[in-house]
Amino acid sequence: MGSIRRSQHIKCTPEKAWEIIGDPSRLHEWFPIVSCRVEGSKRWIHLANGLVFEEDIVLVDNSMRRFQYTIVNNPIVTQHLGTVDVIDDGRGECIAIYSTDMKPNVLALGIGAAANNGLAKVKKILEGTL
Amino acid sequence: MGRRILFITTDQQRFDSLGCNGGTIARTPNIDALARNGINYTRAHPQNVVCMPSRSTMVTGQHPSTHGVWMNGVALSPDAPSIAATLRSAGYKTALVGKAHFEPLLDPFQLFAETRMAANNVFTEMYTLPDGTMVPHRGFDHMEFATHGAQGSVHYAQWIRQNHPEAIGQFFTVLDHELEVSAVGGGDTNAPQVKFNEVHREWYHTDWVADRTMAWLDSLDVNDDWFCWMSFPDPHHPWDPPKSELGRVNWRDLDLPEGYPTDATMRENILAQKPAHWAKWYDGSFVSNYEAPLHWVPATLTPDQVREVNAMTHIENELIDEAIGRVLKMIETKGWTSDVDIVFTTDHGEFQGDFGLLFKGPYHVDSLMRLPMIWKPAPSANVTPAVVTAPVGLVSLAATFASIAGLPTPDYVEAPALPLSDADARTRGFERVLTEWDSILFEKIIGSRTIHRDGWTCTQMLPGTLHDGTEGELYDHANDPLQHVNLWNDSKHKAIRDDLLADLRSAMPEQILPLRPVDAPV
Repeated sequence: MGSIRRSQHIKCTPEKAWEIIGDPSRLHEWFPIVSCRVEGSKRWIHLANGLVFEEDIVLVDNSMRRFQYTIVNNPIVTQHLGTVDVIDDGRGECIAIYSTDMKPNVLALGIGAAANNGLAKVKKILEGTL
Repeated sequence: MGRRILFITTDQQRFDSLGCNGGTIARTPNIDALARNGINYTRAHPQNVVCMPSRSTMVTGQHPSTHGVWMNGVALSPDAPSIAATLRSAGYKTALVGKAHFEPLLDPFQLFAETRMAANNVFTEMYTLPDGTMVPHRGFDHMEFATHGAQGSVHYAQWIRQNHPEAIGQFFTVLDHELEVSAVGGGDTNAPQVKFNEVHREWYHTDWVADRTMAWLDSLDVNDDWFCWMSFPDPHHPWDPPKSELGRVNWRDLDLPEGYPTDATMRENILAQKPAHWAKWYDGSFVSNYEAPLHWVPATLTPDQVREVNAMTHIENELIDEAIGRVLKMIETKGWTSDVDIVFTTDHGEFQGDFGLLFKGPYHVDSLMRLPMIWKPAPSANVTPAVVTAPVGLVSLAATFASIAGLPTPDYVEAPALPLSDADARTRGFERVLTEWDSILFEKIIGSRTIHRDGWTCTQMLPGTLHDGTEGELYDHANDPLQHVNLWNDSKHKAIRDDLLADLRSAMPEQILPLRPVDAPV
């Protein structure tokens, strides 16, 4: 199993961060994709290279501030669980954590790169430095 | 007008592959002539034995610990210094045609400029420096990419798709369904990553790189100063040269390489003397890195497979030499020859059967570390041809290019310009060359640091998954040119080992932390 975790400290409240990170339909605002579409518990994301990933939304837990999804119906991805957490840092600010566990193992590294890029962008959005 | 620079690189080519270095199979008259009329370095090492860190050293003049590309899959920062940018600032027109690989090849989110340029079929992308200045990516006016086949986001794959789509499936498919390096075999012997490729020779990436290099050179004004990096993806695996060329070298006619112990017990005894990752890779129990097929066990390699891989490699090297010959002829036609410096080298070597192994990894021996490197100064510079036996590294290339252009040594480089002779090397302190390895691929961690000095190669393993930091390798090249006898634990050689280790610790730049993220396997 390919397992990665990327994180970013963000100078804003967990509630404010969760408004954007916890909304599955707003992924394109911060993650390096072109667009996304949500219908019920389904999401489709469109990459710049033309690829489309179909996903099942597994969990949106507003109290724990945890979002989970899994890539489905994909000819390459045989196993996947993505988890995004927003955690109170104890000082009124938060840490956003993006984790992925998947097969093929090596694809987790590419998602980790995108997560790094996305978390850096959402930090700028929320801190007003974009 | 100043001296122009043609920088030619191949990928994964051994020192002994060329006629000028004792090779007897591949015919390489154009490269041999460069060596005969220039400076042939017989102990040139890379600072890392895989592509991305090594290529990043070429362009920055820095060791991996400094430029931060500590393994394949780690992108060179867009802010990193670049000799191309330095030359461009001095008025040079700059281009890189062929394999760049400063950034990951597997980039589905198009996070990196190399991927984006190819996807958009453009040849430059502007980058904003911290001071607000806009510059072309890495200082190249023109970047036109190729890699090992007709897939992926590179200009060559776009060209094949648009012009010869029927050829796409004729190349070896590099990755398997798990996106691991494929272990599929082919050819006559079922050797891994070998395929009979029906592609027309003129459509193959070697000739494409030469064609596109000539197209860029032809776009220049005859009075322009220029720096052109022509970067061939071969002879790196897969070994799938055009089938039309296979008659050049019949694998059945080849002797086995000197470095291939034909007796399995002898092979295993040699590997057993080395740190544990050698034998564990050989028997398939520990594949530490992505650069070799995950599902291929080296112990299954047969003598005929070694011969066939070597034959394919020789053929690819002949095609490269002929492509170089075409470019040199074009330069002559332009009237540039007397003012063009030509530097030829590669990023790292290849086992090609040595020790019963193929491909590459954390193995600091001549198979992977001893590189062909030739500098033919412009005839107008009146430099005397020479053979330089002193240890030098790819880390000296950036300063060399600056010196050719008449510029001061850039403050970012970590090694001086290449010496012109052994006497020059002695005067300027070319005594040692360093090589680093670091890899963390999920739970597998391997690290090592190596020094070559005074005819010795000494490698210290760093603490990791298999090693506790006490292991290492020590080879006496004068008495053991194949590096079969590891003297690391030999009490008679403790003094030289400890002296080399002290020198290594003193000379090696401190690694910049935190490590840059791994964004892809390659």
